[in-house]
Formats: sequence, structure tokens, C-alpha cells
Amino acid sequence: MAYSDKVIDHYTNPRNVGSFAKDEPNVGTGIVGAPECGDVMKLQLKISDDGIIEDARFKTFGCGSAIASSSYVTELVKGKRLEEAIAIKNTSIVKELNLPPVKIHCSVLAEDAIKAAISDWQKRKGGATEASDESKKSGAKS
Amino acid sequence: MVKLPIYMDNQATTPLDQRVLDAMMPYFHEKFGNAASRNHSFGWAAEEGVDKARHQIAALINAKPKEIIYTSGATESDNLAIKGVVEFYKDKGNHVITCVTEHKAVLDSCKALERAGKATVTYLRVDKDGLVDLDDLRKAITDKTVLITIMYANNEIGTIHPIAEIGKIAKEKGIVFHCDATQGVGKVPVDVEASGIDLLSLSAHKIYGPKGIGALYVRSKSPRVRLSPIIDGGGHERGMRSGTLNVPGIVGLGEACEISGREMQTEGARLIDLRNKLQAGLFERLDEVYINGHPTQRLPGNLNVSFAYVEGESLLMGIHDIAVSSGSACTSATLEPSYVIRALGTDEELAHSSIRFGLGRFNTEEEVDFVADRVVKEVKRLRDMSPLYEMAKEGIDLKSVEWRRD
Repeated sequence: MAYSDKVIDHYTNPRNVGSFAKDEPNVGTGIVGAPECGDVMKLQLKISDDGIIEDARFKTFGCGSAIASSSYVTELVKGKRLEEAIAIKNTSIVKELNLPPVKIHCSVLAEDAIKAAISDWQKRKGGATEASDESKKSGAKS
Repeated sequence: MVKLPIYMDNQATTPLDQRVLDAMMPYFHEKFGNAASRNHSFGWAAEEGVDKARHQIAALINAKPKEIIYTSGATESDNLAIKGVVEFYKDKGNHVITCVTEHKAVLDSCKALERAGKATVTYLRVDKDGLVDLDDLRKAITDKTVLITIMYANNEIGTIHPIAEIGKIAKEKGIVFHCDATQGVGKVPVDVEASGIDLLSLSAHKIYGPKGIGALYVRSKSPRVRLSPIIDGGGHERGMRSGTLNVPGIVGLGEACEISGREMQTEGARLIDLRNKLQAGLFERLDEVYINGHPTQRLPGNLNVSFAYVEGESLLMGIHDIAVSSGSACTSATLEPSYVIRALGTDEELAHSSIRFGLGRFNTEEEVDFVADRVVKEVKRLRDMSPLYEMAKEGIDLKSVEWRRD
């Protein structure tokens, strides 16, 4: 399968790889996918109190297209307001990266990761210490 | 400096050996005749090439030349053996025994017979190394069993089955034994007499011969095995496989068999050395890498490894100037990880993380060093990017996590 230049670029030079410190405030973490499905994305968003995404980090276990989708998403969400980020559709990832039909699920996963990270941030913001404890132990729950 | 790209996928196919091509060339030009033309010198010249190849192939597997039936390749040989036996012996029984890790050419032939209501099939499980259990085989046999079909060596994980023992069990029970030896022939000693094999599939392109040509060995004595043809026509190949013979291909297959037989011992030892070197180069520098398949009872040129926490296709992408293959779902049309590796009881995640290195005649020590270095570097880079590796290092048991599936 031939990859698009943009997928190769993100795969070779992924943007914003890494993790924020566990105890850092204002960070929402979304982990989506499952190892046995061959794709797990972890997306972390640092969100200001007034709902602006200031920074983003990702780590992805998955094919080149999954890595590229999550790398692209970290660039895409930075500076966006929460409601703008939630509105991001997988189709815009498909378009940007020229993903073939068999790789559309990678873009869906990336879209889900944004929503999961924001939802985690909202829970933590809501003072639900239970939720944050849970996300430490088993990050996939949100 | 090594020349890129490096080809290390020799269980998928092999490059044509120049010596094989040299043997084939005259049969495209001056010796172009139809081997079935019995009344002129063009036909005789072609027939001579076909006969010589029959001797060369037979010698490699300890068969008689007349027991070799030419086909278009191992897929056709498997189809002919399985469908041909079930059809011919339908008055005797309708039960077939095979194994879950067989090649699709065998499994899908069996499934086609099941669908058509022509056979019931038992699919034997394998152990963690990919071996069938001989007791399971004995227990699966019924008075309706007409065929046992088990491969010599597995194409993905390289595991070599206890073929002689299987042949012995088949003999005791008077059941026809077919062996898909596509990966074994020319790599390890294969002897149809010593192993009690009644039907054997082989292919030229796995042994540095051309694509599109293969053969089926059909035992002629004790017992004489009969088959119904699946291709009808001019009655070539003793009526078992009609169609004008692919003379250049056949000559190439014969030459490929002769060369691989002559060089088997030294080449096998060389490949085992290369494989050990590759394995050491990976295992000494990386944690959490696992061998898929039997540790020792395997094809000399095969090394199948899972790199935990790294998805196979992304690793292939990172080592794009090295041709290897992956059991990752993302490399297959079905989006399912390798059924062979899953049959070993391996975690699905590790099946997604598997890479098959297929060493062959033209691989060098320099290439092995280069591949080990590149793979180690890329696995480390991808693990730095892997949330699973991070979680595992933090002591989180990945199995206890409730994953969010689509």
C-alpha cells in the first residue's frame, strides 16, 4: 500500500509526541482503541480555564496512518476552543492525510480521542476526584 | 555498504537464480515445441526438457519421475490433491483431517468441499510452537477418513511438523496422506518414502525458480493413489492434469530442484548462522521480543518475531527499504491479524506486532547486520511513541484495562 506524502511526513516527524506529567492540572486524557484491534491512541490536551486548548501530546500504538492521524490532530486542536475541537470530524483528517478507505477507522479513532480527552478534562474540572483517580489507574476509562 | 532495498521475504517468493534462467532460456526460443507433439523434433526437444526436469524433481524428494504431475503451482497442487482424493474416494468415505495453520490453499479447498456437502473436515489445533499433537490426530481419525493433509513447514512461523510420524499413522490406518511441502522442499531434506507421504505439493518460485509452475507428487505404488482431475482436457500428465505443459517453467523448476538439492546442506547451515545472528542482534538489544513458532524445529531461513507494544505495519513503514512481512491486520485485506499466529494462543496484540524475516540464498551477513540495526532503532523509536509501552513500564497490566473499542 502506498502512503501519501503527508502520512509519511507525520509518521517520520511526528508532532507533539509524549505525555504531560501525571499531576499536571488542566490536562484531559483520552485513550481510545484496544491493543487486540491493533490501534490505541492516547491524546492529552492542556486546556485553559476559559476553554482554549493550549497544548497537546499524543502517543499511538497503531499503523502509520493511525500515528499520522493522531499527530495531525495535535496540530489541529491547538489554539482551538473546546466547542470547535469537539466539532472536528474525521472526514477532515481523511482529507488532509489522503487516507485510503481501509484507513478511515484511524481517523475515526483520532476524532474519538479528541472527544475522550475533552470529556476527561470536563470530569476532572467538575471536581470529580473519583474520575481522575480512575483515569490514573486505568486510563482507558473516561 | 549494503545495497538497498534489501529483500528478506523469501517465504513469500524468491528471486530467480541466474542458473535457472540460463537453463530456461532455450525453451523460449529454439526449443519452443509442444511437449505433446510426438511426431517431430520440436516436440521431442521439449519433451526431453520436461523429462529431465521430472527426474530432477523426483530425485529431490526420493520419488520416481513418473510420479511427478506438473501444475501451475502449489495452490493448484493442493486443490488437485484434496478435491481429487475426496472425489475419487467418495465411496470409501468423506472425512478429511487438516490443521488450523495450513495455507489458505488447503483450508479453502477443505471449506469448499464442506460447503458443497462433499466432505466433513476436522481442523486440528496446534500447540504454542505451532505443532500438531499426534494423539489429537489419532483421535480424529474415523472409519470415514479418506485424507490427512498436513503441511511440511509453515510459511509464516517456519515450524516443521513431525511428518514421518504423521505418515506412519496414515499408513497404519490406510488413509491417504497429502503434504503441502511448498516451504520445505529444497530447504530441508524431504523424502516421500521415509515419511510415508502419498501426495506432495511443491512450487518453483519458493526455491529460486519461476512463478506459475509447480508439481504434485502422486504415489504410484504401495499404495497407488488415485485422483479425479479438476481440470479436464487433452489428458496430459496421465490424465490428472490436462493442459499444454509450461515447458520453460518446468525446465526451470527442475533446475531449481537440482541446485537446491545439491546446495542444501551448506546453504541450510549458512542460513541458520544468519538467522542466529539476526535473532541475537534483535534479542540482545531489545526487551519484550518473542519468537513465534518452534525455537529449533523450524525452517533454516525463517525468523518470526513479535515486538511487543509496536504495531507491525508501522514497523514495516519505518524500515521501508527492507522487504519483510507482518502478521499485522493492517497489512491484510481482512483487517484480521494472522490466523497462524493467533492459533498459537498468542495475545492478539502480539499477533499485530509480528514480523516475518525470510532469509534466502542471496542474503548476506552485512544485510543481516544492517537489518538488525535498523529494526532495533525503529522499534525503540516506535516504543517511545507507544502508549502501551509507557503503560507497561509504569507497571499497568494491560489486560486489566477496560479498553474503549469502536
